[in-house]
Amino acid sequence: MIHYLIVGNGAAGVTAAEVIRNRDPQGVITIVTAESCLMYSRPGLAYVLLKEISPNQVIARQPEWYAHHRIKLVHSPAKYLDIDTQQVTLENQQTLPYDRLLIAVGARATPAPYDGGHLKGVVYLDTLEGTKDLLRQAKRGRRAVVIGGGITALEMTEGMAHNGVETHYFLRRDRLWGQVFNESEAKILEEYMHHHNVNIHYNTEVAEILGDRRGNKVRGVRLKNDEEFKCDLVGIGIGVRPQLDLVQDTPIEIDRAILVNEFMESNVPNVYAAGDCAQVYDRWTQQHMLDILWPSAMAEGRAAGLNMVGQKEAYIKGSPFNSCLLFGLHIATIGQINPRRDKPETNGSTKAEPEVIQHLSRGSSEVWFTQPTPHTSAWSEDGHNTLRLIISGDYLVGALVIGDQSLADPLRYIIENQINIHDLIPYLHEGGSALKQSLQQFWNQLEMNQAATPV
Amino acid sequence: MPLINFLQPLVQSLKLTTNGSDCPAKPLQMGRVVPDPNRCVQCGICEYNCPIGIPVRDYAHRGIPVDDHNCITCGQCVNVCPRGTLRWETKTHTLIADRFPTTVDPILYKKQEVPEKAL
Repeated sequence: MIHYLIVGNGAAGVTAAEVIRNRDPQGVITIVTAESCLMYSRPGLAYVLLKEISPNQVIARQPEWYAHHRIKLVHSPAKYLDIDTQQVTLENQQTLPYDRLLIAVGARATPAPYDGGHLKGVVYLDTLEGTKDLLRQAKRGRRAVVIGGGITALEMTEGMAHNGVETHYFLRRDRLWGQVFNESEAKILEEYMHHHNVNIHYNTEVAEILGDRRGNKVRGVRLKNDEEFKCDLVGIGIGVRPQLDLVQDTPIEIDRAILVNEFMESNVPNVYAAGDCAQVYDRWTQQHMLDILWPSAMAEGRAAGLNMVGQKEAYIKGSPFNSCLLFGLHIATIGQINPRRDKPETNGSTKAEPEVIQHLSRGSSEVWFTQPTPHTSAWSEDGHNTLRLIISGDYLVGALVIGDQSLADPLRYIIENQINIHDLIPYLHEGGSALKQSLQQFWNQLEMNQAATPV
Repeated sequence: MPLINFLQPLVQSLKLTTNGSDCPAKPLQMGRVVPDPNRCVQCGICEYNCPIGIPVRDYAHRGIPVDDHNCITCGQCVNVCPRGTLRWETKTHTLIADRFPTTVDPILYKKQEVPEKAL
């Protein structure tokens, strides 16, 4: 009888538990969670804030599920890991031995790096509790400031505006979601945001969050140029950090997160990692990359589960994919799509880009911010529907689809399976409607060839 | 190949559609809802909006078509899904899909070997 211990009750942990139970009916499975609720859909929190679903609805696994799979759930944060005796000590002093340990603790929002981050009115869209709190405060809030450059900040902006709060979005740079969008794409989103009554402040940086006279509630923010801006809510969406407290003082190897091999094993025997706190080898960038994405976490959890029951199976990281709906605009992001060097380089005078992105937002992947060398890009724009492709050699490596999503799934397939598009490339560079048509034709042909091949 | 020419319109009708475009305008049409487990984040908007209370999220999690005899095929779930997970499948391609089942269970789904990119 093997003791499986899973730290973390998120997408990766729960998927691993499910896989383990399917393969090993006898094993003892325990999930340890720092949160007081059952497993919920973290991407779904944005829809809770939009009031499209209730906070209860976002719970994805009911108690019956845990009972049916004979999984014991312990609500107490894991504090200390002893790899010599193979034990994990929890905050409630309970000690749990393990034969196989999966660390799937995920990532948490980076706290506000300003003075006044502790004040009431500083909110995060990170946990179910935090979201409930955010909803309560938004009821009474009049004016909100949202800080951050990624999806989470945009989701928070949309949610606040939906709750009838006057919303101001503060951006450090001059482009919306600048790590992913190029100028035209940002313009489209800007238009949609204006329709939702969001005020966008470019090149604005907060220096301090100001408290009221008693010093317990937010009264406003002070900007870098010493201006004061009144508000009673400050939404922080500047990114997430993998939670590495548990492994900090152990021999487990960490880079930006826990480094794992293709079997999701860390460098310490019987310790596995998956999800937002695992750094997995990516075949496009040929580096270990961090994904903060639900589908990646599920796939990694599944792979970890299989390897934990002893069924050695190499995990091949797929192309990071996310589709989201922001301000009514459908956006699908696939693969390497860094827009910064879209313009032709002028004699090597391009600025050096930082290797590692400081703040990785929930719902994104480090791979998105990279670029292959050499590469070319193709672009098609038709009103609010755009399509940007990144091509390296004879292969597609990245795509960003805004609006019409009919080509999103074909593109993901072509990128993920590294299909040679040599004959298609001249047509893609034509851009415009020729790009879409030729791509659609190529996809139809590909689909037909597959249907013709007997399985 | 003449057989392929014959199959072409059928295969084209299998292409994925995103939110709503092929949804039935009124209930009681022939067809069913099919999820794409890769896109699903299990937020539960689908079952929250289902007038019958069918656990659409469970079907999406398992990656199998919503074959619930209570489904009135109103297309609500397809319309509300924020990530384009669900699509509408007509009776015609239900017949084809059942005849040639693809891998559906994401848990049991074995990842295909992907050829290494030529560098």
